Amino acid sequence: MTEPIIELQHVSKRYGDTVVLKDINIELERGKFYTLLGPSGSGKTTILRAIAGFLDVSEGTIMFDGKKINDVPANMRKVNTVFQDYALFPHMNVFDNVAYGLQIQKLKKAEVQTRVEAALKMVRLAGYADREISELSGGQQQRVAIARAIVLEPAVLLLDEPLSALDAKLRKDMQYELRELQERLGITFLFVTHDQEEALALSDEIFVMNDGEVQQSGTPVDIYDEPINHFVADFIGESNIVAGHMLKDFLVEFNGQAFECADAGMRPNEPVEVVLRPEDLDITTIGNGKVSVKVDTQLFRGDYYEIVAYDSAQNEWLIHSTNPAKDGDTVGLTFDAEDIHVMRLNESEEDFDARLESYEDD
Amino acid sequence: MAKKSSGTNALFYTPYVLWLGLFVIAPLALIVYQSFFDISGHLTLANYQTYFSSGTYILMTVNSVWYAFIITVVTLLISYPAAYVLHYAKHKQLWLLLIILPTWINLLLKAYAFIGIFSQDGGVNTFLGFFGIAPQQFLFTDFSFIFVAAYIEIPFMILPIFNGIEELDESFVNASRDLGATGWQTFTKVILPLTMSGVKAGVQAVFIPSLSLFMLTRLIGGNRVITLGTAIEEHFLVTMNWGMGSTIGVVLIVAMVIIMFLTGERKKRGSLR
Repeated sequence: MTEPIIELQHVSKRYGDTVVLKDINIELERGKFYTLLGPSGSGKTTILRAIAGFLDVSEGTIMFDGKKINDVPANMRKVNTVFQDYALFPHMNVFDNVAYGLQIQKLKKAEVQTRVEAALKMVRLAGYADREISELSGGQQQRVAIARAIVLEPAVLLLDEPLSALDAKLRKDMQYELRELQERLGITFLFVTHDQEEALALSDEIFVMNDGEVQQSGTPVDIYDEPINHFVADFIGESNIVAGHMLKDFLVEFNGQAFECADAGMRPNEPVEVVLRPEDLDITTIGNGKVSVKVDTQLFRGDYYEIVAYDSAQNEWLIHSTNPAKDGDTVGLTFDAEDIHVMRLNESEEDFDARLESYEDD
Repeated sequence: MAKKSSGTNALFYTPYVLWLGLFVIAPLALIVYQSFFDISGHLTLANYQTYFSSGTYILMTVNSVWYAFIITVVTLLISYPAAYVLHYAKHKQLWLLLIILPTWINLLLKAYAFIGIFSQDGGVNTFLGFFGIAPQQFLFTDFSFIFVAAYIEIPFMILPIFNGIEELDESFVNASRDLGATGWQTFTKVILPLTMSGVKAGVQAVFIPSLSLFMLTRLIGGNRVITLGTAIEEHFLVTMNWGMGSTIGVVLIVAMVIIMFLTGERKKRGSLR
């Protein structure tokens, strides 16, 4: 295991009685793309600002390359930030914005020139050096903000919801570019977003935040397939969450029926929540179905139909299907044992990881 | 319907147009008109000739500009840091109110108060007396004139600068720090340039009125400082040479227009495309 470039140990932040960060422990390795994902007010931007040096934490240690940097001022930290509103200096043109950090370092004119041009080329804005900021589109301003940060060759680049102001098409394009840029530069990116699709698409590792706590961390696939609790399951992707009981290992009861599943390590008869992803549900005849539901409404989403249906107990089921259903029809739903994901109530991430390991590797 | 609304519009415009006509355009026209007449009522350019050929008036003009300049600089040096501190202060609305408050008091009253404070047996000299320092002459010195003028003008400088700093997005400051700039570098390269419009507005609000100060020159400056304002007053009230007074007035107005032009917002080269 390589030495982490940034490490947060037991970091807390309070404003008076309001706790915005609770005992955050995060390790970032070199050269990876990390995402802090959570709803607004979950504390993700606070973590970013603490690492950048714009606010002091109430407790805990922030380590950079093995050294404590809690008391190092923002201008001495080897991290750079791409701000949500870009914060490009309106009184300078593109060149001067990108050159700002280099000129502060009093580098030679020729070197500044070369590095600025290289950075602008990197974000595909070569030839825009003489433009004023007000002449640029949102996407171009975004690129200038990135160029201004990467020109300083930071070890870690912090990105605070950088794509939130762009329209959907441009956002998709920028996602590819960001990922490509990160791989080319080989530096650590810490990306803050509330958009789960963005997080899943870009990250090597995601930290899902809520209420100032890291709820779950892991690869996008891990988090999507094995959400730890109701919040994560609900926040990442669409889900059907049903209350049930764990009868014994690999057998769970919900909707009044017992189903085989792929989860284990819980107490017999423990109350649990069961997650079924809408795309894992298949529509079939009532006879072949494990659950019978009545189709209520459906929306055409382009690449799939989103169908809302209700079972006899009036639980809502969300189904993604490539074929349309008929409103008012009663149909059967079928799914495999692996599609069922069982979540314990109030399980800590540590216990969760230990439990998964206990039965997955044998 | 349309007719009625245009009628109402005209009604709303009337007070403004009347005001503009009676108190701005008419006096301006009268001043320009008067400046072409000599004391016995003959149409002439002699007033302008006198103004630009006599050393006294030129000196007076230089004096006026010089004192207005010093007053503006002193005011700016005090106001910018004050506005900056105010921006980060806890109860800034209260502090702001305390700064605005003195402007509600009549100028003359404040001038008389300072006569009391600066006089031989006034507050300042009494205070100095505690340290065994003999009474000093404060009143009727350049120092007291500039001090009192700056005191009166400070609120008009602080307000626009304060507004400028308030409008400055905090993320610019963060961005500058993030890119490695120290606090001072951030100030000179980002904060000051981005609050310059506030400074310019403040300079306009202080420099232009300072050009024509006359009451303070008399009460606090003891007529040692003769500015164009004093000269106009003399011509209109004492020598009754309205033509000459008007000529100086025209010169002052031209000077103001020049200042407005110099401190006004100019288009940046990029936005001309």
